[in-house]
Amino acid sequence: MSDKTVAAPEPRKHAGFLKNNLREYGMLLSLFAIMLFFQVGTEGTLLRPLNLTNLVLQNSYIVIMALGMLLVIVTGHIDLSVGSVAGFVGAVAAVLMVRYGVHFIPATIICLALGGLIGAAQGYWVAYFKIPSFIVTLAGMLVFKGLALAILQGQSVGPFAPTFQKLSSGFIPELFPDAGVLYPTSLLIGAALAAALVAMNMKARARQQSHGMEAEPYGFFVFKNALLFAAIVYFTYLIASHRGLPNVLVIMMALIGIYAFITTRTTVGRQIYAVGGNAKAAKLSGIKTERLTFFTFVNMGVLAALAGLVFAARLNTATPKAGLGFELDVIAACFIGGASAYGGIGRVGGAVIGALIMGVMNNGMSILGIGIDYQQVIKGLVLLGAVCLDVYNQKR
Amino acid sequence: MNAILEMRGISKSFTGVKALSDVSFTVEPGEIHALVGENGAGKSTLMEVLSGVYPHGSYEGAIVFDGEERRFRDITDSEALGIIIIHQELALIPLLSIAENIFIANPPSRFGVIDRDAVDRRARELLVTVGLDEAPDTLITDLGVGKQQLVEIAKALSKKVRLLILDEPTASLNETDSAALLDLLVAFRAQGLSAILISHKLNEVARVADRITVLRDGRTVDTLDCHAGPVEEDRIIRKMVDRDLAHRYPQREPKVGEPVFAVQNWSVYHPLHADRQVIKNVDFHVKRGEIVGIAGLMGAGRTEFAMSIFGGSWGRSITGHATLHGKKIDVSTVGRTIDAGLAYVTEDRKQFGLLLASDVRKNITLANLDGVASNRIIDDVSELKVANDYRSRMRIRCNDVYQEAGKLSGGNQQKVMLSKWLFTDPQVLILDEPTRGIDVGAKYEIYCIINELADAGKSVIVISSEMPELLGICDRICVMNEGAFVGEFTATEATQEKIMRAIMRKGDKTP
Repeated sequence: MSDKTVAAPEPRKHAGFLKNNLREYGMLLSLFAIMLFFQVGTEGTLLRPLNLTNLVLQNSYIVIMALGMLLVIVTGHIDLSVGSVAGFVGAVAAVLMVRYGVHFIPATIICLALGGLIGAAQGYWVAYFKIPSFIVTLAGMLVFKGLALAILQGQSVGPFAPTFQKLSSGFIPELFPDAGVLYPTSLLIGAALAAALVAMNMKARARQQSHGMEAEPYGFFVFKNALLFAAIVYFTYLIASHRGLPNVLVIMMALIGIYAFITTRTTVGRQIYAVGGNAKAAKLSGIKTERLTFFTFVNMGVLAALAGLVFAARLNTATPKAGLGFELDVIAACFIGGASAYGGIGRVGGAVIGALIMGVMNNGMSILGIGIDYQQVIKGLVLLGAVCLDVYNQKR
Repeated sequence: MNAILEMRGISKSFTGVKALSDVSFTVEPGEIHALVGENGAGKSTLMEVLSGVYPHGSYEGAIVFDGEERRFRDITDSEALGIIIIHQELALIPLLSIAENIFIANPPSRFGVIDRDAVDRRARELLVTVGLDEAPDTLITDLGVGKQQLVEIAKALSKKVRLLILDEPTASLNETDSAALLDLLVAFRAQGLSAILISHKLNEVARVADRITVLRDGRTVDTLDCHAGPVEEDRIIRKMVDRDLAHRYPQREPKVGEPVFAVQNWSVYHPLHADRQVIKNVDFHVKRGEIVGIAGLMGAGRTEFAMSIFGGSWGRSITGHATLHGKKIDVSTVGRTIDAGLAYVTEDRKQFGLLLASDVRKNITLANLDGVASNRIIDDVSELKVANDYRSRMRIRCNDVYQEAGKLSGGNQQKVMLSKWLFTDPQVLILDEPTRGIDVGAKYEIYCIINELADAGKSVIVISSEMPELLGICDRICVMNEGAFVGEFTATEATQEKIMRAIMRKGDKTP
């Protein structure tokens, strides 16, 4: 059958590529448009260094959980318990560190392990007993909300030791403290990151082209990378003119990088998408669908625990109400970011952008003085609109 | 006597494939008219045209019922006239009671409130009529299949049935229940009810039918009058299968070697009904370079057999030995079965085969991701190479390997699935209905691929409901019925009649 082998390189179809990736660029464009809108609307307050730093700190825990939630949603499930789990773990951390004086490193490890255990407990029912994740995690939501109340005995517990607070409110150490107003270390890191990303993109493109793979049009590629470079440098410049890179931003960026890599480049990532795309076909292809589902929940639990620690450190206290409603923001971020409620579709980048869109809107609307009531209405409509647009695009 | 039903020149196509062409069919009042034919002969389609599943306008020809031409828009139109169809897969709701099921669509009511007394009373009357001795409030799930079948009939009677259509009513019944059901049908006939009986069991057909119409490839071949003299089963079988076997199959010189894969004493139980043995201690083997066909009717257990071997993907309490080159292999999970060298290409591309929303490339590498990865990191260049290689080898027609699998034609989807499994480099391939729903040209290409695989020394097992296909490509054909092998023929001795006879004989002896 190979007598007629046609191994000619693929004709590169630029139009097709743009169309396939329209979603991603559209998302970025919307984020940009929304930021521009609020930047103008708030007369420049949005992108003030102080506000931008706050924006990052305010949304870090949402982004962190969105990474885990994306995987859960991609496998075709949902986790409603993340807010409660984050609150519960924050409470445990407070009790350990404040009441029992445990050092923050073992306490953090214990808390992350606890999150993993909680994820395992829920994932077990979902993956192996085939109980709908909606129900299992709804139960989990109630259970952990209640447990948080119980171990805090209805009171707020704090404050934390300053070392632990640094997790959320700290900034990376400055290596050149005498350089002036700016924080040059942060600026350098930002510039290096931007350069590395552009270099990676160029390398990938060269590789794609040498193997006749689909690649972006050249002009577009240059434009995109120039914009990427400029944006990163500009934002680090802004951040650097306040107090430098927050620790939590570094953690967040590292996690985003790791999860983006896992989902797009590894066999495990591919298998997770296969489970969500067609679980029966995945199973018949030798993929251990149950185990993968189980581990996406374990992963979610660990990330929820991390988010809980970040949040507790930020408030410098654990309250029974911590984590309330987080799950909704996290889930909304994933869906605004283009994940499919039926599973199999969704990208890390999308979920992060979705979380940022929500964050910018929260922040911008607050600055504009829009009440919490209408903020929720607008956020709800944005979520519905984004998903409608997706469905419409897919039908076309 | 005026016919109660007359279907004139019915033709029906599905996207270019002709399912029925110019079929004419009549039913007299108080007649049991049997409809027989192979899988895919068009029996069900004809009944779906009659009952309005396919509305007027989607087929050609005319339906005359009670002397008037009828144009059914949907199934409620035909039911209003008393044309009731009982499907092979019963349409009862398991957790509702008998009475609730009988009156599910139109319960006796007063002012919109269900009249429980009337429901109960009328259900009792109907149950007496069909001879079912159960309380009306018994749940369906507590009844056996035979009794459920009677509930279906009671339900039909509640709708003032004039023409009862039964699709394989005895397929899942034992002999006693089958006999009772057929007796009931005969009793109804005496009261003037007409019935259409679709059945594979020719002994039953011969017992109760007044006339038998044989369908083949969407055409009426013949209508036999059972009162004109004894009807021989062989004659029916010949009419069912006789057709032109032109050169639809590529030629091949088989080079069959030593036995490669075998199962012994293989037994599988139903995943839901723990006491139902679906595969009954069967032995099976396939040799190097051999193409073995498994023939049988739908529900014979062929897919279940294959899937139970493939990592226990179907059934429970699976026992038996699987060996490859004489060595016992572990087929307890799909992963281990693939590693051992087996591949199973499913009959249901959309449900079990493909990631429809993913591209061709991702589908091809799915079952062997390690083949394009190092340290579990996918090398996208080598993945693309693999995908393009199979695309040209298999002649998959797509814009490029980034095209969504769901957007390809059936034949090309099948080639994507074959590519996926060939990339796992199996020694034994099980192909379940490899040409279902694909056009003639693509079929020929699939046959060529199968031949090349066998020539390359692979062992190929083909499950197919199309007997000519098995005869055309296989070196050996095993016939399965009710979870057991009931016949085996070499390519030279096999004929459609012999296969059909092997199936039907077994059907006669239903336990």
